[in-house]
Amino acid sequence: MSLTAADVAEIMRLVEQSGFDELTLEMEGTKISLRRGVGTATPPAAVAAGSPAAAVTAPAKPVPVAAPAAATVDPGLQDLPSPLLGTFYRSPKPGAPPFVEVGTEVQEDTIIGIIEVMKLMNTVRAGVRGTVAEILVADGTLAEFGEILMRVRKSG
Amino acid sequence: MRRILIANRGEIAARIIRTCRTLNIETVLAASAADLDSVPARMADRTVCIGPARPTESYLKVETIVHAARATRSDAIHPGYGFLSERAALARLCESSGVIFIGPTAAQIDAVGDKLRARAEAEAAQVPVVPGCAVAAPDEALAAARRIGVPLLVKAVGGGGGRGMKRVDALEQLPAILELAAAEAGAAFGDARVYLERYIASGRHVEVQVLGDGEGEVIHLGERDCSTQRRYQKLVEETPAPGLSPALRAALHAAAVRFARRLAYRGAGTVEFLVDREREQFYFLEMNARIQVEHPVTEAVTGVDLVAEQIAIAGGAGLRHAQDNIRAEGCAIECRINAEDPLDDFRPSPGVVTAVTWPVQEGIRVDTHIATGSRVPPYYDSLMAKIIAHAPDRSGAVSRLRQAIAATHISGVHSNLGFQSRVLADAEFAAGGFDTGFVARLLER
Repeated sequence: MSLTAADVAEIMRLVEQSGFDELTLEMEGTKISLRRGVGTATPPAAVAAGSPAAAVTAPAKPVPVAAPAAATVDPGLQDLPSPLLGTFYRSPKPGAPPFVEVGTEVQEDTIIGIIEVMKLMNTVRAGVRGTVAEILVADGTLAEFGEILMRVRKSG
Repeated sequence: MRRILIANRGEIAARIIRTCRTLNIETVLAASAADLDSVPARMADRTVCIGPARPTESYLKVETIVHAARATRSDAIHPGYGFLSERAALARLCESSGVIFIGPTAAQIDAVGDKLRARAEAEAAQVPVVPGCAVAAPDEALAAARRIGVPLLVKAVGGGGGRGMKRVDALEQLPAILELAAAEAGAAFGDARVYLERYIASGRHVEVQVLGDGEGEVIHLGERDCSTQRRYQKLVEETPAPGLSPALRAALHAAAVRFARRLAYRGAGTVEFLVDREREQFYFLEMNARIQVEHPVTEAVTGVDLVAEQIAIAGGAGLRHAQDNIRAEGCAIECRINAEDPLDDFRPSPGVVTAVTWPVQEGIRVDTHIATGSRVPPYYDSLMAKIIAHAPDRSGAVSRLRQAIAATHISGVHSNLGFQSRVLADAEFAAGGFDTGFVARLLER
């Protein structure tokens, strides 16, 4: 079985309409790799071993989360999404000063808050160097997975 | 109950939301990042994102689900089927956190989740079990296998639904297969215990729907025949089971009720039996402590909304129907429509559904989470919809279902629509009452 130019055009059209960013198709003697959005640096994650959908590579990043705050368009700002669902606390204990405020300078390993899941405390670190520009989730409220907790203006 | 968190996805999430709406109960959908733009996410009053697409980081996280229920002030959690529905840990955490678990108690889930324990309970309730026994030492196993006779099955205590089973055709294979089965069971279920069971050459899968109030009162809502299976995956289910003698049917119902009563079972459950076609006997297989995929056929003939009953029982209302008031009218058949390619060994076919038309006809119900533009993510099962036909008799239901499938169109992903048409058009299917080898025979034809 061989592919004609029309077949390839049809495959490209299908990928275009699909939700996938990349397609690798291997048939006897032929291999096609298509990738949407040239220049996107994120390498796609491999589908889990044993997955029957081995030919289709799923996007590595989860689909954008419908968080209350839309993703920022300011390239100098970095979104800090919640790594899990839980109750967000801005300070180590009630009454204590918050870990960070707007204007606080943070390093990658600076603790910016705690996410509590059924009494289990998970510390959240900035993961980026810069200055806290916005705090979007209030203390003691539910943060969903992927919801943007804060934005940091990157330095350097 | 004012607000329910639904810890599931797909068609069952949509189906639970539908009943909640009729009951004026608010819904919170706990969804993974892959399901935020799904049909159930659009239907729910609120959707919270519990984690990434991978189920172990979202739908299978017990603490996250209960935390989400509490943080959204939900009174109860409906677990649907699959995922955490039969994990005692979720029921237990609900029990200790003041959240109602819409399902049985943690102790009941434990009792039926352990296949050896469930067998012992069945025997105690005078419910017949397939001849077999637990095995400890290899020499003991050989003696037991001689008594049972070959062919026999080595089954994992923690298995079920066709998982964790191996067939032994000759006694000399037994030691090697036992060792392999135990190792695999340990890896797959975290429990290396296995047991032996006689292999029934020609068996039908017939299950009985029960509802229990948790105080020892149990009613049944008739049986379902799920013998149309491919590699233990059900494809078509129907009620009533065709061709059963009235005595056998009544005995099945009574056995299911005895079993559930012994556990003082709470909520909706299904007791599965293997009906030996040659001997006209039946044996207890397992109990599923959840709502089943195929529950709509029972709803179609009885008119009882099983999800509403689950919610009522969980809310303390007990059983709202007496056994005498349950009447089954006509025949109902369900076809599962999966995103899979029958021409490529039924390989799952995830992707985007670019266009879909579901049938709208008299006597047809469609339970689905797929609309034009919906995604079938690669991380979950491939069930797109269930099409259920109800008619006064079986041939009427078959013909309604065939018309409905002919009127269904799905583009963008492969589906088993064509295969299901073939099943429904088959002469053996039309005759009814076949064993679980039917689909394998059909594929050979």
